[in-house]
Amino acid sequence: MRLALQTLRAQKLKSGFSLLGVFIGVASLIGAWSIVNGVNRYMTEKFAQTLYGVNTFQLRRRPMFTPNVPDSVWRAWQRRPRIRFSDAEAVSAGLTVPVITAWQSSDNVTVSYSSKESRDIELTAASERYFDIKNLKIAIGRPFTGEENRSGAPIVVLGDAVAKRLFADRSPLGHNVRIGGVPYRVIGVVERQGSILGFPLDRFVVVPALSPAQNLVNPPGILDAFLIKARSDPEMREAIAQAEGIMRSRRHLRPKQDNNFVLDTSEGVQQFWAGISRILVIVLPGVVLVSLVIGGIVIMNIMLMAVAERTREIGLRKSLGARRRDVLSQFLAESTAIATVGASFGIVAGIALTLAIDKLSPLPASVSPMSVVLGVIMGAGVGVVAGVYPASRAARLDPITALRQE
Amino acid sequence: MSTVQLFRTGDTPLPDVIILTHKLTREYDMGSELVRALRGVSVQIRRNEYVAVMGPSGSGKSTLMNLVGCLDTPTSGEYWLNGQKVSDLADDELARIRNKEIGFVFQTFNLLPRADALHNVELPLIYAGLSARNRRAKAAQALERVGLADRMDHKPNELSGGQRQRVAIARALVNEPSILLADEPTGNLDSTTSGEIMAVFAELHHQGQTVVMVTHEQDIAAHAARVVTLRDGIVATDQARAA
Repeated sequence: MRLALQTLRAQKLKSGFSLLGVFIGVASLIGAWSIVNGVNRYMTEKFAQTLYGVNTFQLRRRPMFTPNVPDSVWRAWQRRPRIRFSDAEAVSAGLTVPVITAWQSSDNVTVSYSSKESRDIELTAASERYFDIKNLKIAIGRPFTGEENRSGAPIVVLGDAVAKRLFADRSPLGHNVRIGGVPYRVIGVVERQGSILGFPLDRFVVVPALSPAQNLVNPPGILDAFLIKARSDPEMREAIAQAEGIMRSRRHLRPKQDNNFVLDTSEGVQQFWAGISRILVIVLPGVVLVSLVIGGIVIMNIMLMAVAERTREIGLRKSLGARRRDVLSQFLAESTAIATVGASFGIVAGIALTLAIDKLSPLPASVSPMSVVLGVIMGAGVGVVAGVYPASRAARLDPITALRQE
Repeated sequence: MSTVQLFRTGDTPLPDVIILTHKLTREYDMGSELVRALRGVSVQIRRNEYVAVMGPSGSGKSTLMNLVGCLDTPTSGEYWLNGQKVSDLADDELARIRNKEIGFVFQTFNLLPRADALHNVELPLIYAGLSARNRRAKAAQALERVGLADRMDHKPNELSGGQRQRVAIARALVNEPSILLADEPTGNLDSTTSGEIMAVFAELHHQGQTVVMVTHEQDIAAHAARVVTLRDGIVATDQARAA
């Protein structure tokens, strides 16, 4: 082994090239795996919950998260009747499972304060439990009450980004911002939410569902979504079943007819993500395999060159009493050493890459210990596999011919 | 010549006979023709002899050298080394014999260029399975024997030709082999240095070492006590010299 490292040191350039192959393989393995790992955790733990809330489902005309939907399906969704205030009230009244509910309608607007403007802000007209269901904590001030919601008071709770943009460091509480030309008194600011996969989550304002701004987001009496949060997953499923029955009878749907509404949960998002990560799990080993195979071929070539160059040395060692297995293990040790050193650098680079991605890009990434272990094993494995053929050639050399070689 | 045993197939050599070849032949199949490099060589060399093997090129002296050095196996005949019949041993056993019984000295020294003198001398001990501490001690001792105690940490390219060959001799001696087998040991050296190396050989012989040396130079062969001359694959002459 000591001998192997000596050779490695002596033949820096050649070893460097073969290091590179394994290095890239292992680094990409750890990097890619960590990203999938990180995004996976993020998707299941945070993304779905941010969009939907825990144990929460939404009564909507169409699903909220709709990747890759064909036009025909989209047009069918557009023809469906919309969700009305009366639908929400009927479902609310009919559910026997304990739940909390909220109305929600949203659109993008411009919010202004004196000469400052904040464009493309998501205006949500919602009822008072919206904050609880979405788990939006109030940083300063307070959310609005049920009484204020029903009376349609012109008051507003700001998202963090909007408050910062319009008021900088001053407290916005008590000041009037303008939405659609109507003044709204600021009563609270929501805690900073950060971003999700690069999308900022703080560019929103929330007003009471029945405030004048309701006309900015939907026609009278219409909702985007009716949010229902149960206490547990089984209770949520029970509530979904009940809501489905209530809506079907309200829409006069016959047993064979499909629902013309959806009861949307985070499952859709999670299934979508599961699909992506399945693809990644199939593609990723392919990429890693290719670079490891290339690395292996490079190592094999270097080792074959080394055997050719050192034919005399092999002849000498044999004449001094080296058996086949001594020569074999020497060259195997050399190629394994090269691959292992390459893999170690690859691991360091992979971890660095992961941390850099986590810090510098919106993609969340966390190092998976499993990928590090696998990286070491695969790196050393490549060394052994790539070393076997050259090493066995070296071991089989005839000492007389080997010694005579110039 | 006085007490040479008349050896027959099936006999065992006398105890003080280190090398015994009996009707040794070696043929190479070169495709179209059969090259008969050795055509029945019978030689006995006793312990502490100093023998030079001579002959023109193509006489078979290199082939005999390879067979005596256990680097090759004969087509027919017997070869006994230090009381053991080695002509029909397998590869790994031959490796062990080379390691324990034979010390090679080559024309081109064959030192590992990146290893220092001490490590070069250690090599046979690695394959003998000695511990690192024992190896160092024995290698240092062998280097002292050839007068290189102060050059142990020098790489081959930091040594003169004569010093390199002395490192090679130390390497050959380090496992205390039955025979020191030298192939044109002065072929790459000037005459002064050749003289030094011959002095080393003479001293080793004096200390009891059996030495077999292949050479084509008369004045180098003159250092040996006995000269065996090969011609066309058989022994042409075998003479003891007046010391």
